[in-house]
Amino acid sequence: MPTFVYMTRCDGCGYCVDICPSDIMHIDKVTRRAYNIEPNMCWECYSCVKACPMDAIDVRGYAEFAPLGHSVRVRRDEEKGVIAWRIKFRNGEKDMELLAPITTKPWGKHIPQLADVPAPSQAMRDSQLLFNEPKYIRLDEGDLHTLASNGLVMKEGVYY
Amino acid sequence: MIDSNPFAELAAFISPTAMQAYVVLMVVLVAVGTILDMLHKKSGQYFFENARRAKRNATRTLSSGEKGALALKTLGKEVLTSGEFNNPKRRISHLLTMYGFIIFVVTTAILIFAYPTPDDPAPTVVPLLWHLGAAMLAFGGYWFWFSIRVDVASEGVKWYQLNGRGDLFIVGLLGMATFALLWSFTRDVDTLGTLFFVLFVAFSTLLFGSVYWSKFAHMFFKPAAAFQKRVIKADGSRENMPAVYDPSDPDVQARFPDVPAYMGPNPPNMGLGIKREAPSHF
Ligand code: SF4
Ligand code: SF4
Repeated sequence: MPTFVYMTRCDGCGYCVDICPSDIMHIDKVTRRAYNIEPNMCWECYSCVKACPMDAIDVRGYAEFAPLGHSVRVRRDEEKGVIAWRIKFRNGEKDMELLAPITTKPWGKHIPQLADVPAPSQAMRDSQLLFNEPKYIRLDEGDLHTLASNGLVMKEGVYY
Repeated sequence: MIDSNPFAELAAFISPTAMQAYVVLMVVLVAVGTILDMLHKKSGQYFFENARRAKRNATRTLSSGEKGALALKTLGKEVLTSGEFNNPKRRISHLLTMYGFIIFVVTTAILIFAYPTPDDPAPTVVPLLWHLGAAMLAFGGYWFWFSIRVDVASEGVKWYQLNGRGDLFIVGLLGMATFALLWSFTRDVDTLGTLFFVLFVAFSTLLFGSVYWSKFAHMFFKPAAAFQKRVIKADGSRENMPAVYDPSDPDVQARFPDVPAYMGPNPPNMGLGIKREAPSHF
């Protein structure tokens, strides 16, 4: 679901431009507002959605689950650490809300010092987990909440 | 120097009527530019359609008393104190620019219409305010230009690179304030004074004549948009935005089980992420 920007909310701070790993968030030279220049190339990482202080960035749902004319709106609440999504269908009836954590620890508490992390062991190299997953940057040895640290396993299907 | 009326001295070369006609012309240009801008961008049409749509989605109707209260709040927060800016630097510079502009424009009109010639000297406070307004405008404007202009850092644009239409407004403001001050300080130096005066008039004309292309009209649209934002929150239409959930509420946790799974049953206060270090990859 690639992102797009509501021009009337964006204040041109450039946070999304700075954070987009795909370099596709740009500032329009005339209106001074951000826009996604290449939705096809969007990684759908939603870093920009989370970084935007104005709640200006929303996403376009795929036709498979949301026919044309739907709207997906996102709102972050940084103090509570949650991000909420509201999907509204064209007929205005099918309407759902989803809620997920933006972060599980206060902002700035866990800044990985990747330079200090020892090189990956053979077991790590063979694992399917990515290098920077919590296990490998050893965040769960601190007090980061993960499914594992809460004694939970991922269930099949979607929770909502 | 800063306590004397520069326009009265000018009356020896330019008739007060001509100056007054110029001010009136500028007011007309702003009005025409704003109307053309509204027609061209269809912003008025968009605004009213959006408001109608919001009304349809509203869960309750606001009384006119409530609307009045919201209008007052908008006036107090977004209009008079720019309270919607989260970044304090941005907010202070915006306030300096805004009040500087208002003081400068109002005192210019007073000086030109009420005290046009040296025969009726203006009370000292008016020219003082005129200079103060120009100084506030210049200070706030240059601060904005050099350290907070919208895209400079993010897109690797250097401070001296003009962006054409995007910069018309701020360039007009800065040119007007800067050359007004320079003209006032060099009034006794013939050629230099004349040069700065000509530039002052040129930039003023640019500022007030380019409303159709520049972002001048945001002065009028911004309060309207801020008011509408408050209305959609109060009447429950909330522009399709999701509700504001409290993750420690058991009902919320029951409905969205992965919130307690990841954050524990008693989610800590996360602190304001907006105060975190800004992303800066350049
Ligand atoms: S979702 Fe990720 S890749 Fe897509 S625009 Fe936002 S930051 Fe860039
Ligand atoms: S982060 Fe949000 S407000 Fe800032 S430029 Fe991007 S879309 Fe606009």
